[in-house]
Amino acid sequence: MPEIAPSHTAARQGIDVRVRLFASYREAAGTARLDMTVPSGARVGDLLELLAQRIPALLAARGMIAVNQTYVGSDVELHEGDEVAFIPPVSGG
Amino acid sequence: MTRWHSFRQSAVVSGLYRIVEGPIDEIALEDTVRTDADGAVIVFRGVARKFSRGREVVHLEYEAYPEMAEKVMAEIGDEIKERWPVSGIAIVHRTGVLEIGQASVVIAISAPHRGEAFAASQYAIDRLKQVVPIWKKEVWDDGSQWIGWEHQAVH
Repeated sequence: MPEIAPSHTAARQGIDVRVRLFASYREAAGTARLDMTVPSGARVGDLLELLAQRIPALLAARGMIAVNQTYVGSDVELHEGDEVAFIPPVSGG
Repeated sequence: MTRWHSFRQSAVVSGLYRIVEGPIDEIALEDTVRTDADGAVIVFRGVARKFSRGREVVHLEYEAYPEMAEKVMAEIGDEIKERWPVSGIAIVHRTGVLEIGQASVVIAISAPHRGEAFAASQYAIDRLKQVVPIWKKEVWDDGSQWIGWEHQAVH
């Protein structure tokens, strides 16, 4: 877990986002939630790349990604406090 | 049993969208969606099936991203309202362990006439399966698997 930095430091060094993982991704990661710090200006695709180093399953079976509970593309820029959810192919019903 | 609190989104259409952990109270859902102007109430119940892909299922486990699932189900409700003159829509999905025969999802839709209610019900379950962040795990005697990968082409 990254230490909570003073806000002026966070603004210079990066932004903190909350990651949520579900179903097969959650099991592969061994956790449902992660706190991540990404560089300012980072996009959804950058976070996916970063996380996939720890959790290859994210790339092995591509699902969808939601930011703040809305499906987004990989080019969407991340902001401080965003909730980023990695969503394996859904199978409700 | 769960008490449902419907909320009127307009003078005409009510909507109720929930992820729940226990059994779904279908009678309460019917009562929630029906108005005196309606001639039809369709209740669709999706149930846990024993045989899947040639294997025998012991039980199912459902997981959801509850906050987003309820939001996306409400969006499906909005899509339905744009297409058909329905009166009430309720979509409730259960999570956790389900035994064979238990209801995983119940969709109740009321309308003045049956045609709209049937069409809207079919649309609701088809869309739910495409976009709502819920996952099903099949548990067999000798293993288990999250379902969904077979639909990869859709994404």
